[in-house]
Amino acid sequence: MRYLPLTGDNRRTMLDSIGVAAVEDLFVDVPKAALLKEAIDLPAHQGELEVEKAFRKMAAKNLNPTDAPCFLGAGAYRHHVPATVDALIQRGEYLTSYTPYQPEISQGTLQYLFEFQTQVALLTGMKVANASLYDGATAAAEAVMMAARVTKRNKAVLCGGLHPHYRETTETMAGFLGLEIDAAAPAPLGDDDLLDRIDEDTACLVVQNPGFFGHVRDLTPLAEACHAKGALLVAVVTEIVSLGALNAPGAMGADIVAAEGQSLGNALSFGGPTVGLFAVRNKHIRQMPGRLCGETTDATGRRGYVLTLSTREQHIRREKATSNICTNSGLCALAFTIHLTLLGEEGFRRLARLNHAKAIELAGKLSDVSGIKVLNETFFNEFTVDLGQAAAPVVEALAGKGILGGIPVSRLHPGQPDLENLLLVAATETNGADDMDALCQALREVL
Amino acid sequence: MADVKFSKEHEWITIDGDTGTVGITPYAQEQLGDVVYVELPETGKEFDKDAEVAVVESVKAASEIYTPVAGEIVAANGDLEDNPGTINSDPLAAGWIFKIKLSDPSQLDGLLDEAAYNDYIGDLD
Amino acid sequence: MDRPKTETLSGNQGLRIEEPLIFEQDAPGRCGVDLPETDLADNRLGGVERQDPVGLPGLSEPQVVRHFTRLSQKNYGIDSGFYPLGSCTMKHNPRLNEKMARLQGLGDLHPLQPESTVQGALEMIDTLAHWLKELTGMPAVAMSPAAGAHGELCGIMAIRAALEDRGDPRSRVLVPESAHGTNPATAAACGYSIDSIPADDRGRVDLEAFKSMLGDDVAAIMLTNPNTCGLFENDIIEIADAVHDAGAFFYCDGANFNAIVGRVRPGDLGVDCMHLNLHKTFSTPHGGGGPGSGPTVLSEPLAPFAPLPFVVHGKNGFHLVETIDDPIGGSAKSFGRMKGFHGQMGMFIRSLAYILSHGADGLRQVSGDAVLNANYLLAELSDDLTASFPGPCMHEALFDDRFLKGTGVSTLDFAKAMIDEGFHPMTMYFPLVVSGALLMEPTETESKDALDQYIAVVKGLAAKAKSGNDGPFHEAPVLTPRQRLDETAAARNPVLRWTPPVEEAAE
Repeated sequence: MRYLPLTGDNRRTMLDSIGVAAVEDLFVDVPKAALLKEAIDLPAHQGELEVEKAFRKMAAKNLNPTDAPCFLGAGAYRHHVPATVDALIQRGEYLTSYTPYQPEISQGTLQYLFEFQTQVALLTGMKVANASLYDGATAAAEAVMMAARVTKRNKAVLCGGLHPHYRETTETMAGFLGLEIDAAAPAPLGDDDLLDRIDEDTACLVVQNPGFFGHVRDLTPLAEACHAKGALLVAVVTEIVSLGALNAPGAMGADIVAAEGQSLGNALSFGGPTVGLFAVRNKHIRQMPGRLCGETTDATGRRGYVLTLSTREQHIRREKATSNICTNSGLCALAFTIHLTLLGEEGFRRLARLNHAKAIELAGKLSDVSGIKVLNETFFNEFTVDLGQAAAPVVEALAGKGILGGIPVSRLHPGQPDLENLLLVAATETNGADDMDALCQALREVL
Repeated sequence: MADVKFSKEHEWITIDGDTGTVGITPYAQEQLGDVVYVELPETGKEFDKDAEVAVVESVKAASEIYTPVAGEIVAANGDLEDNPGTINSDPLAAGWIFKIKLSDPSQLDGLLDEAAYNDYIGDLD
Repeated sequence: MDRPKTETLSGNQGLRIEEPLIFEQDAPGRCGVDLPETDLADNRLGGVERQDPVGLPGLSEPQVVRHFTRLSQKNYGIDSGFYPLGSCTMKHNPRLNEKMARLQGLGDLHPLQPESTVQGALEMIDTLAHWLKELTGMPAVAMSPAAGAHGELCGIMAIRAALEDRGDPRSRVLVPESAHGTNPATAAACGYSIDSIPADDRGRVDLEAFKSMLGDDVAAIMLTNPNTCGLFENDIIEIADAVHDAGAFFYCDGANFNAIVGRVRPGDLGVDCMHLNLHKTFSTPHGGGGPGSGPTVLSEPLAPFAPLPFVVHGKNGFHLVETIDDPIGGSAKSFGRMKGFHGQMGMFIRSLAYILSHGADGLRQVSGDAVLNANYLLAELSDDLTASFPGPCMHEALFDDRFLKGTGVSTLDFAKAMIDEGFHPMTMYFPLVVSGALLMEPTETESKDALDQYIAVVKGLAAKAKSGNDGPFHEAPVLTPRQRLDETAAARNPVLRWTPPVEEAAE
């Protein structure tokens, strides 16, 4: 077995040192009846070649979005990731190190976390960001729980444009903690009225921008309404590239930003792992979930970094911790940071403009297909179209032609007849005019 | 410091009229290490005896502070927010944490005097 | 304290090169990617355009490569050397796994592609699920939890949902005092109060104390097995029976599954649910703190409450159940969704590559060698250090600081001295049930030569400490990119982000 260094001789010598006859003698504390006599009945070990073949066989059964015209979004976006990113994150010192609890030999991880936290704070317009959470949906749930701790209130209002997975994740967590969730109905026109729902019992209002259906909104009036009632505004961002073109949530009055960072540096990977971003204003730092990296000095006075404010966390605070989270998304955060460093101010802003331009181009082309109506006045790189017929079968038909043409809203908002004809369509820098024409042509054939 | 009383949770309390001043003992601050943050109680809040009213944190530990007597919080030591290390440098005076208006002064009788407390921590080591 | 002995003009020390923050390498207009400029005369942003620059620094590609290469060289990884960090299972991370996770048709799949276009992906998840169920002897597995602690949440949520379903929600969860902090934090996040079970003098659950704590208000016990002292809870079946007799559930923390994989199935021990840290037992990289993945196996009574989504075998192939009322396999009792999309696919691929490489026979050898290596450390070091409990141990060996008594050297000092010797320290001060714990987990992927080198160094340092030469221990490590860092200053005055040296107008 190629991963196991011990030889038969080694094992015998070591058993002698221990003073037992066989490895089985080391398992004496296991109840006899529960000790398996032999290996379970599944295939035996294989070489690299065989394993690789097995995976290639499974991969071949999928339609890969790298080669296909792909217009899928809804919280996961196909972007071009520079080759540098993947080469660097595979360096063994990043890939195979543990959480940086020994700062003297973890300055690499700690410094990039400090850079990551700074980048996230800059993007979101907030004071402080943590060192990442699992994903955007769990970040949103953590934001609601944090808002409840800060305000000592019990109710969260969710906008109708919140990604259903984010809503459901939040509802699950809140349900177990006895928090009340007031979720507005899906708002495909982006016109849900949230102001009336905010009252003196409201811990926070959660608003996604751009919304699930693609609409862009100014958060400022919502922030003012929240603050007037002593509630917090939680801004959710599922497409982080949008912040290159849109005003930062912090600049519009958000108190907490919960976001998905997959678009920068991270492959789609069927939806995971990705990287949850979490940022707050200064006064709420000690109520934050997750790890934080801070600057300090070493014994010789040189600048260095450590994990800090750990007393919020489970390994010290146990049942009184701000969250039970332990593992974060370290390597995904590194990919995010490297990609964003490559982009810099110029590149990031250009990328955002390019995405927006692609979406405008696609919206124009789709509007020309008879039977299709674009619902959005505003959007960033994703919008909703009404197909005039059920969207799910259309998507299947497009897939049959090798095109990933969008996501039927009914997949995420099932059982709602008024949403059945709606299709979510995203365009990024990866979509050329030829892709768009192929989609429009296929739609003309299918509709 | 004749009128200082101690709890087995390592708080001290001094009495002035009907108001007690509470902090943690030199032994407690030494066990905890460098204090980096203090979560203070809100004034005006009422607590039962032995209720958790504050938290004192070092880098690696968080220690709850329990009020040794019941009553209403009438003051908290705001200086600790900027200088938590005062608890280490002067635990018995400038490092006080909160003042509480006693609702039942007889509860003081259940606390340790200095000699008894010193015996108590002597047994802990 | 002294700076490194050899002063240099640059501050660099040979291969140890000082590296400023990316924000300190900014040149406006410089960029590490080539993207076309877009003319956006008519935007659709609804007047919410960004008003201010983001403030990101401009670096070219070669600068970025050098920056992150230099930073990497300040890290210690499994690839660098022996990493005996107890309770963390720092085993070799095969690069085949990385390659498989990046295959076109797997790594690039969108989570919301039509089901017909991802049959291979669903097959992959189903295959891994099958292995995990067989290895644990459990009938069901929830694949979506994103990490170990998330898996704990999954298990306790399933338990709470099952109890509420029978109209008996209960209020308490029992957790041994030796448990990982995630256990009580998880139970609290599910609305339970926590009672701590004491350990007995054998480092295991105090059975009598435990039984006296049981009652009809207890929802579950959360027990790590093998436990955090590296010992198998030999009363485990009696514990499980007592839990079930009290109408409660048995949550097993599977953090230490590496010790028993292929040899003991938790399903045979009366376990109702257990998370598996794929980044421990199944070798997905720790990545400096994540991402993890925490599939959670469930017993028959808990299976209906599993979170969404999950894969089932449908008429036309594999089917992903995403709603409770899904006609094929939906479960109205599911407690709901825990995260976005379907789980940590990238970690599933790596784990399955690892599992298929080892096979059933190899996995059995894994636990055998892991336990053998740990017992070898315990045997070889017991004369020089103080073992907390007699052997045999499982996958990790626990020592405490009695051997350092009177030397002036603390557990922390001792561990930091290991760093200068070129090793990653053992886990310190955990578990909490012994004084000054030193917990060593070698894993199965260390050679005897590596262990012997380590043993020689630990023995040598123990002798040095006992010889009265404690001075160097307090300063260690000194051969590292940074010496001991001031954590007190970091916490008292948190600096959590870079800010420009000259503050422009404040917010």
